[in-house]
Amino acid sequence: MRQTLLESLIHGPLTEAPPTADDAALAELAKSLERNARRRLGRSLSIREVDAGSCNGCELEIHALNNAFYDLERFGLHFVASPRHADVLLVTGPVTKNMREALERTYRATPDPKWVVALGDCALDGGIFAGSYAVAGGVSDVVPVDLHIRGCPPSPTAILKGLIALLET
Amino acid sequence: MTSLREIVAQGCADGRRVETHRPWPRVVVTAEGWSAVTGELAAGRATMLGLWGESGVPGVVHMAAITEDDNEIAVLSLECPLQTFPSVGALHPAAIRLERAIHSLYGLKPVGAADTRPWLDLGFWDVESPLGPRLPAANPRPAYDFLPVEGENLHRIPVGPVHAGIIEPGHFRFTCAGETVARLEQRLGYVHKGIDSLMAGATIDRAAKLAARTSGDSTVAYGIAFARAVEAALEIEVPARAHYLRALMAELERLANHFGDIGAICNDASFAIMHAHCGILREQVLRAADACFGHRLMMDRVVPGGVAVDLRADAPAILRSALKIFRQRFPRLVELYDNTASLQDRTVSTGVVRADYAKQFGAPGYVGRASGRAFDSRKAIAYAPYDALDFTVPVLTAGDVNARVWIRVHEVEQSFALIEQILAGLPDGPIATPIDSANNGGEGLGFAEGFRGDVLAAVRLENGRVAHCHLRDPSWFQWPLLETAIEGNIVADFPLCNKSFNCSYSGHDL
Repeated sequence: MRQTLLESLIHGPLTEAPPTADDAALAELAKSLERNARRRLGRSLSIREVDAGSCNGCELEIHALNNAFYDLERFGLHFVASPRHADVLLVTGPVTKNMREALERTYRATPDPKWVVALGDCALDGGIFAGSYAVAGGVSDVVPVDLHIRGCPPSPTAILKGLIALLET
Repeated sequence: MTSLREIVAQGCADGRRVETHRPWPRVVVTAEGWSAVTGELAAGRATMLGLWGESGVPGVVHMAAITEDDNEIAVLSLECPLQTFPSVGALHPAAIRLERAIHSLYGLKPVGAADTRPWLDLGFWDVESPLGPRLPAANPRPAYDFLPVEGENLHRIPVGPVHAGIIEPGHFRFTCAGETVARLEQRLGYVHKGIDSLMAGATIDRAAKLAARTSGDSTVAYGIAFARAVEAALEIEVPARAHYLRALMAELERLANHFGDIGAICNDASFAIMHAHCGILREQVLRAADACFGHRLMMDRVVPGGVAVDLRADAPAILRSALKIFRQRFPRLVELYDNTASLQDRTVSTGVVRADYAKQFGAPGYVGRASGRAFDSRKAIAYAPYDALDFTVPVLTAGDVNARVWIRVHEVEQSFALIEQILAGLPDGPIATPIDSANNGGEGLGFAEGFRGDVLAAVRLENGRVAHCHLRDPSWFQWPLLETAIEGNIVADFPLCNKSFNCSYSGHDL
């Protein structure tokens, strides 16, 4: 332990320079965000992640945001355990029929003002799982979506770009 | 008493062997043969590898099993003209959930089953038995009865489907006496996407993409299992270089997941420094994978016939330097784990899986290997290139969270050595054999050892397309054991136990 801690003092931090906001994401957000809501929240957003049917690939990359390289919390973004504490719902997966009601209830439990970010290609329109008897569709088929972050799964950098856009609008 | 081998031999002699099924035999059995196999499973002389349904007229149930003494594999199929089959779960508990899923999805009823409640069907679909008779769903649906728990001063804690962390959805129903868990009952199926139905009629390319998205953390393992099944069906020889590149990806996937798990288990015991450092190692694996194969999780890099991309020229150097860092840093983290008494206090003797349960359920991966079950498909089936590589399969007997951590630690060490061997012995040559789309069809069974355990893929191809495909996640034989492991532990230790299993919801729910 001593050696590990000492090395942490000697070496510089692993955390990388922040990526710039994604232009496409900014454009999408400009339409949906109001300035007064932004003023009320400041540069701090609490995110509640909801897996509505994903293969868990997106979850792995969302997890990675918390590692030392991406260090999500330096942007004032952090994950919370309850939708009641959240400003943002970060939803992954095609929405399965089995998860539709749970997603709707999570959405209703999130206080206003709130945003929904749909993460991954499946969240956009059901992706490769679209058309199944067990899939309700993309996230926007169930709850209103403010921002889509594409990718299968999107890399942590791509997710960061989208979320930073959310802060900068 | 008829052994699995004799049942298969009898089936072959009677001309009931399906000749197009490769590489292991598939025989169509009678109800008596089916029951005899069930007896073999119940007696512990064979282990179930999978149990699944197939729609058609009549519907069919299939079971893959392996003999305990010499690892002989066979698939047994029973036609169900009356939409029924003799229950396997009545005698062999490992089959219960699989049978319930067959009933819910295909409408084929296990006769004699003790538990007839639906599984995966949570009452939200438009039809019942969506892959079978497609009956209009009853409205309103009957309520789901959790198992009764009797006694004084018991209380229930419902958890999920939306959990507190960044994890997949599922429902856990705890019944507790004070802090002690008297019973945990799981209810799963929330991420059921209908993969069986999407597979039917899909092109091989699309089916491979679906397989790669059955459980994202095991995308390489699913890719390999599916590809091997297709290659067996079409009798395709895969180039040696592709076998090695697949194994390289599989070991990188194992490293990334084991690093992540070791850190996350410690984090659930509030020991954050392990989590932070293991998270760095995991990220470095993913970055190396991205640099070598062009995708952090290596999704869609394994394709039927071989692999989709060759190693970049500088990849061996990237991997060797990553390995050098891992070999330096990982032992220190292991030492830290081993020397921290407060951490050991949480993991030692917590969440014990009994060895007889591990054997009965054929518990795959670290869950089985921490409880004395030495099965590893890289050894037992010895598919290429593992037949030519030198490695050992760690086995412990304590069966607790600590043992599951140590199995991962030892497997990480083995993967280091495997990656070095693969890089040293990587053959030259092509990376894929083209698939002849005019090739009509056939049936194949494929396995791959993912970080979590063995993934099974069963495929039937017709006219160059997938007619039927079933993918069996190792979690099917781990989830029920988690229910047994938590019994008598305190509620606060559940996250720790759960993380030490790290079962897949998506892989299980399909």
